[in-house]
Amino acid sequence: MSMSSAESPALEATDLTVHYPNVPVPALDSVNMIVPKGAFYAVLGPNGSGKSTLLRALLGMVPHASGRARLSGQPISDWNRRALAREAGVVTQSESVAFPITVRELVAMGRYPHLGALQSERITDRAAITEAMRMCDVGDLAHRSLSTLSGGELQRARVARAFAQEPNILLLDEPTTSLDIRHEMEILELLRTSANGGMTIFLITHHLDLAARFADRLLLLDRGRVAAEGEPREVLLEATLKRVYGWPISISNDPATGVLHVTPLSATSHPSQDRAPTPGETRDQTDASSYKSR
Amino acid sequence: MKPFAWAGLLALAVVLVFMLSLRLGSVDLTTAQVFAALRGQGDVNVRQIVIELRAPRAAMAILVGGGLSLSGAVFQALLRNPLAEPYILGISGGAATGAVLALALGLTASLTWALPAAALAGALLAILLVLGVASSADHRVDVRVLLLAGVVVGAFFTAFMSFVLSISDARTVRSAVLWMMGSLASSDWSTVWMVTLYSLPAAIALMALARPLNLLAIGEETAGYLGTNVERVKRIAYVLASLLTAAGVAATGVIGFVGLIVPHGVRLSVGADYRVLLPLSFLAGAVFLTLADIVARTVLSPTEVPIGVVTAFVGVPLFLLLLRRSVGARSGSEIES
Repeated sequence: MSMSSAESPALEATDLTVHYPNVPVPALDSVNMIVPKGAFYAVLGPNGSGKSTLLRALLGMVPHASGRARLSGQPISDWNRRALAREAGVVTQSESVAFPITVRELVAMGRYPHLGALQSERITDRAAITEAMRMCDVGDLAHRSLSTLSGGELQRARVARAFAQEPNILLLDEPTTSLDIRHEMEILELLRTSANGGMTIFLITHHLDLAARFADRLLLLDRGRVAAEGEPREVLLEATLKRVYGWPISISNDPATGVLHVTPLSATSHPSQDRAPTPGETRDQTDASSYKSR
Repeated sequence: MKPFAWAGLLALAVVLVFMLSLRLGSVDLTTAQVFAALRGQGDVNVRQIVIELRAPRAAMAILVGGGLSLSGAVFQALLRNPLAEPYILGISGGAATGAVLALALGLTASLTWALPAAALAGALLAILLVLGVASSADHRVDVRVLLLAGVVVGAFFTAFMSFVLSISDARTVRSAVLWMMGSLASSDWSTVWMVTLYSLPAAIALMALARPLNLLAIGEETAGYLGTNVERVKRIAYVLASLLTAAGVAATGVIGFVGLIVPHGVRLSVGADYRVLLPLSFLAGAVFLTLADIVARTVLSPTEVPIGVVTAFVGVPLFLLLLRRSVGARSGSEIES
């Protein structure tokens, strides 16, 4: 499945709409989005805003009510599962392991899409597994049973499995939620380095600061719709965030690092903190289609 | 110990218990007598006992013990539940209903194959019913619904069977109860070949599904993202494991505990990688059931103890021992981490 042309985006949603059965409002409502190849793309939004649904819909895991999703130029329905697993790796929000397998066995599952049913691991597979475990700092845990790991260690092992897949596109759903500061930064830097090396990163996260710092572009979802899309300083506007999250938020520029800082204020916020809409607020009426036409 | 060492050891054990099974019984034979009989020499009666009675019986124990263990391991991955066993989805209820009907209607007196045929038909009916109930309109199989459907279908068949037994005569009831506890006594070469033809391809196909089954154990969504056609794998695994169980039940009745205990023991010893777990479960199940049959034939000789009683008496303490050891080991490593 390498027939996709070089300029086709890694991920593309066109008017993508998803309804869950017996839920009156759509989980995704006409979402337009383009993730160029090699981009670090972060998806933000409150709980239940459709972030994980967008990930599933892009990968054809939930039926589309209308609209289209394309992956590396191909409609998602045209991909067969094995070829898709070689092109795109996924770290879901959580998984529960039914039996006590080891970290290495879990990471080795990333090679399954590259192997025939009865084929055993080749030298290249073993190298990919070892390298992925090293990158995610789980090499020392290789022979530990998953049931003995901490939440963060398990999370790193799952990210390692996705890297062992050696995908062109990596989609992650809140992968750093239970990680300590060092391991969180290590994973984010690993993702940034991978994006610099040409891998496309699609990251769902609640860390607005870190998203602003690491991602090339942000997508902000609000109740299944695109609230804002663009570069971090185009998306992270006080008025937009206040409206989407329903909470007063202050944004400042760190003089030392030059990155944006997002600070939630208190609910009964001072009038001085409750600023008038900035000119950039018009931005939150736009969506990916305007970005596309530029 | 490495998986290959386990495999070698268990394969050797299969050969040894097979030989032991040929030697021991109501008449104990020497190894020399057994070898002579296998070469077609020696006493005619000994040859008769070894080749026509004990050898097919031992072969059946290997096939059924291996098949039940393998299908138990598959059901555990499919239902993501370590307590799953081959009969959990109603196969035993269906088979028993078929068998009891054949006994109650007196079909077994005139037709020797009526009992296994009726049991097989009952098992297949149960499999189809469960799959039909569990498949939704869009042809997806929800394993939680599968489990529920299996338990309910099994309960219905059991109730139907109880009803038939309640209006049957005492002889039928006794035959039915004995059948339900399992016996390898009626094994002959023709049934051995039938069960082989029927279960060997299923066993091999299931072993080829080892990687997808590993993935199912970590969750269907992730399995899908790692390249598995989850719905197809679930359906194939369910049907093949059920057919494997049905073949065993039809030939030997309902032999319990093997399919639960053996995969567990193997998992505790070599880990949960299905590429290792499935073949080793087959070998370990073969050894376990052959040994259980030797005990069943010899402990109260010349009376035979139902083999299901032996598998429970031997299997349950063994299982508890393994479980205690693994719980101890796990709490130890938790302290360590």
